[in-house]
Amino acid sequence: MWRFSVFGENTAVIDEMGRQYSYARLEAEGALLVNSAKISRCLVFCMCTNEIGSLLGYVTFVNNRIVPVMLDKNLDRELLAALIENYKPDFLWLPSVNVGEFPGLDAVYSTWGYTLGKTRYANAFPLYDKLALLLTTSGSTGSPKLVRQSYANIKSNTEAIARFLELDETERPVTTMPMSYTYGLSIINSHLHVGASIILTQKTLMEKEFWRQFKDYEATSFGGVPYIYEMLDKLRFFRMDLPSLRTMTQAGGKLSPDLHKKFAEYADKAGKHFVVMYGQTEATARMSYLPYQKSLEKYGSMGIAIPGGRLSLIDIDGSEISAPDVVGELIYKGDNVTLGYAESGADLIKGDERGGVLVTGDMAKRDADGYYYIVGRKKRFLKIFGSRVNLDEIERMVKLAFPDLDCACGGVDDKMNVFVTNASLRKNVLKFLTDKTGFNHIAFNVVDVREIPRNDSGKILYNKLNEIE
Amino acid sequence: MSNLDKYKKAFADTFEAEEEQLANLEYQSIPKWDSVGHMALIAALEEAFDIMMDTDDIIDFSSFEKGKEILKKYDVAI
Repeated sequence: MWRFSVFGENTAVIDEMGRQYSYARLEAEGALLVNSAKISRCLVFCMCTNEIGSLLGYVTFVNNRIVPVMLDKNLDRELLAALIENYKPDFLWLPSVNVGEFPGLDAVYSTWGYTLGKTRYANAFPLYDKLALLLTTSGSTGSPKLVRQSYANIKSNTEAIARFLELDETERPVTTMPMSYTYGLSIINSHLHVGASIILTQKTLMEKEFWRQFKDYEATSFGGVPYIYEMLDKLRFFRMDLPSLRTMTQAGGKLSPDLHKKFAEYADKAGKHFVVMYGQTEATARMSYLPYQKSLEKYGSMGIAIPGGRLSLIDIDGSEISAPDVVGELIYKGDNVTLGYAESGADLIKGDERGGVLVTGDMAKRDADGYYYIVGRKKRFLKIFGSRVNLDEIERMVKLAFPDLDCACGGVDDKMNVFVTNASLRKNVLKFLTDKTGFNHIAFNVVDVREIPRNDSGKILYNKLNEIE
Repeated sequence: MSNLDKYKKAFADTFEAEEEQLANLEYQSIPKWDSVGHMALIAALEEAFDIMMDTDDIIDFSSFEKGKEILKKYDVAI
């Protein structure tokens, strides 16, 4: 996937301690890992952090045709156990400090704070030849549904991103999102592709240490979901002196037009680039971008298709809409459209089910100049701090854990309404949700209601519920 | 309500924490005080005391105790 030898002594990674690792070193350390552990094409669960060990595992596996499933290190352990049972990975690649939590795991190799642990499974399921990587669709709920990405998908999307963002080896992005999240991963992919230096940090924007690293290592760019931009606004970001910063990208949900405008104005004045983008894990990562030159003029827009891709809109009958300003479902075509989903290990042999066409489930319109605007969503999910959360799955989880109550979910991005019919369990439900999903409690508004309104056939009347709230 | 009461209330409301927990609270010492919780806390304090904090003070605001010192700069004695 990446040709590290081309970039040799370029710094690939700068970690929190300021240690620098060259491309040559990354390649050599990866070869040691593969040769010592005698590992070849198989399935590995990667418990991701923004640390050098995590990155080493990921790039080494992909470069050696070993298929990683990217998961957050802190994924709820019950949910993780269910995923392991379902997919039966050959190995876990995890922080060495966490090895003790997995009895029966046989540590076969350790380096840079990470350990490769052999599970009791060996090639439990055959893998489709072009399958490169698996990512969760809704990681926080432990849904077994994974997106199957091919080598060609990653390569195509990586090259397109490097091109439209005009990346070169002088770039130094600082991480603001986990590696298990497709947007965070795409930043790593595209920068390794051009020989740039990635500043890895586990720190958040709300910590002094983050900004110290930003300044000391002269970060040139960062990406953020809408919530990160709200935080930056709150942090009086516009008053900060960040001479090394060149580019800010935004994806992972629709930024409010006001905030889009505010950041576009700042970028315009400060001589920075602000690039709003749109994507989905199902399209590897990116599908569209709003060129920075248009950021202010077209604020609120998700832009145009990335190089090599094509966007269109279809009406309810499936015919393409050609007139401007008409809302339809957004369709994307391109080489980065992934193979399809897996629901269990047996699906890992499946080939390409989409043929390069993705029906996004997002409703959008296009203006007369060809710029697209997201206006809504077809499916029942919300984005919470950039991550997709399926509302039906949350309802199912709550009802399973609390058999004595009825539950229905609704709300808007970053604020989920969870209606429950047992007031005395309100706090328990909230704790259950934050424990399971790992989201801050502020994301949930647990409301007690007398009953969940349903129609005669038992379907929940969500419109009625939203009136209650 | 005294300044201390207002200060405590901002923490208690944001993190749904009990009174006896408050004095020992530090950034990331509980799941609720993560970066998202931090933003909510700052918003609650700014509203309670009608102040606008500087970036450096927001990112320096690392514990219940430390916060008291920081608010002195904004003429809020706790």
